[in-house]
Amino acid sequence: MTQPALSVASVSHDYTGKQALNNISFDIQPGQLLALLGPNGAGKSTLFALITRLLKTQNGKIEIFGESLQRSREKTLRNVGVVFQQSTLDLDLTVAQNLAYHAALHGISQRQAKKTIAQELERLDLPDCIDTKIRKLNGGHRRRVEIARALMHQPRLLLLDEATVGLDIDSRALLNQHVRSLCAERHMAVLWTTHLIEEIQPQDQLLLIDKGLSQAYGPCTTVLEQHRCDTLKQLFKQLTGAKQ
Amino acid sequence: MNLSQAGYAFNGIVKREFWRFLQQRSRFISALVRPLLWLLVFAAGFRAALGIAIAPPYETYITYEVYILPGLVGIILLFNGMQSSLSMVYDREMGSMKVLLTSPLPRPFLLISKLVASALISMLQVYAFVAIAACFKITLPLEGYIWLLPSAFLAALLLSALGLLLSSLIKQLENFAGVMNFVVFPMFFLSSALYPLWRMRESSELLYFVCLANPFTHAVELIRFSLYGAANYLALSVTLVTTAVILGAAIVAYESR
Repeated sequence: MTQPALSVASVSHDYTGKQALNNISFDIQPGQLLALLGPNGAGKSTLFALITRLLKTQNGKIEIFGESLQRSREKTLRNVGVVFQQSTLDLDLTVAQNLAYHAALHGISQRQAKKTIAQELERLDLPDCIDTKIRKLNGGHRRRVEIARALMHQPRLLLLDEATVGLDIDSRALLNQHVRSLCAERHMAVLWTTHLIEEIQPQDQLLLIDKGLSQAYGPCTTVLEQHRCDTLKQLFKQLTGAKQ
Repeated sequence: MNLSQAGYAFNGIVKREFWRFLQQRSRFISALVRPLLWLLVFAAGFRAALGIAIAPPYETYITYEVYILPGLVGIILLFNGMQSSLSMVYDREMGSMKVLLTSPLPRPFLLISKLVASALISMLQVYAFVAIAACFKITLPLEGYIWLLPSAFLAALLLSALGLLLSSLIKQLENFAGVMNFVVFPMFFLSSALYPLWRMRESSELLYFVCLANPFTHAVELIRFSLYGAANYLALSVTLVTTAVILGAAIVAYESR
């Protein structure tokens, strides 16, 4: 087995006495998509914040391509592209300015950034929006700009936190398809946090967490077999007691 | 991160601040209207009431407008420092701060870049202000326009560092009104921006010492002396040391988040 793109080992986190995560462990290999599923308040966002180093790791170990996130934050984050649940685009700046800013933060020269911006926008079918202010874009286009931004520095690990929230069915399908093509074509590892079961496919890896605890982990089909469930909906209900 | 990558990142952070500044024309106008009101209305009204004796760096009697000009430069810097703090809190609430914090750059580097960007924007406003003041015949010695650059830039670093520190302490945008009441106004009024400290001493010894302990007083005095090509080493030292201490505290506050 190759070196995992992301390795989370025995990670726990608490907010002044309230346990948000308890002993969570999982790996994602290059080219794999791991769907992180859980009801609201399960601890998904906390886990996401720990992996992006927005929160400090209290217990356990997080490694990205073998490098400890705690020890070398800058080096590890170079390989990571992130799309947050809440839009992080600057509404008053244009698409090009938002992307150029991100490129600069990743040490990409202006000339190279211009080239990459054009390529990524072309790939996401957004070339006409380059000089449009984000405020004037609809939700679907904004999400695509965020994906383009996350991919600008050619990351090897893509983290998506509820990236399809607020999108219509077509935009969600397009995004889903695009992310899967990145896994296949660029051999990119993807951590996809979601609470929408229909976004998960049988070939995906699955980590289901509830109340900060890992309830199920492994290839989707194997997890279903282990828990004698026919559908993810059934599994979700069985393990979390929640209605989807 | 190598030097050229750091350069691209620094350039990107500064550019973004300028892009945002250019989008907020009302911010620029209000940054100028505030000191101009003090200069053209308040100072005109108080000119007769407040006599300014000859005291360094002035070698002759001066009008009240000339006296408060460095203080008003200071208030532009102070308000811009607070504006950058507000903008950091806004970025945090709106989520765009995450882009900065998840970038592969050391946080002290990111904060220092933000600080310099904010100080550079302050300088634009300062020079626009002194240019408008000159149109109303409130002028500086010629070399003053040159010396204003380093002194106001140092003062801008101090006040932007204060803004950074405050942004790390303020949890919500709603709490920002408190900054005006508990930071901006006390700093401004308890300083030598509007009246010389010897005047304050005549009224209250205690207030005089409070003004003396206020770093904003020293930032204003640094600017005031530099406008006449004179050096005020106490003001320079206090400004530099306070900037370093406040910036250090802001870095620690952001690192521990």
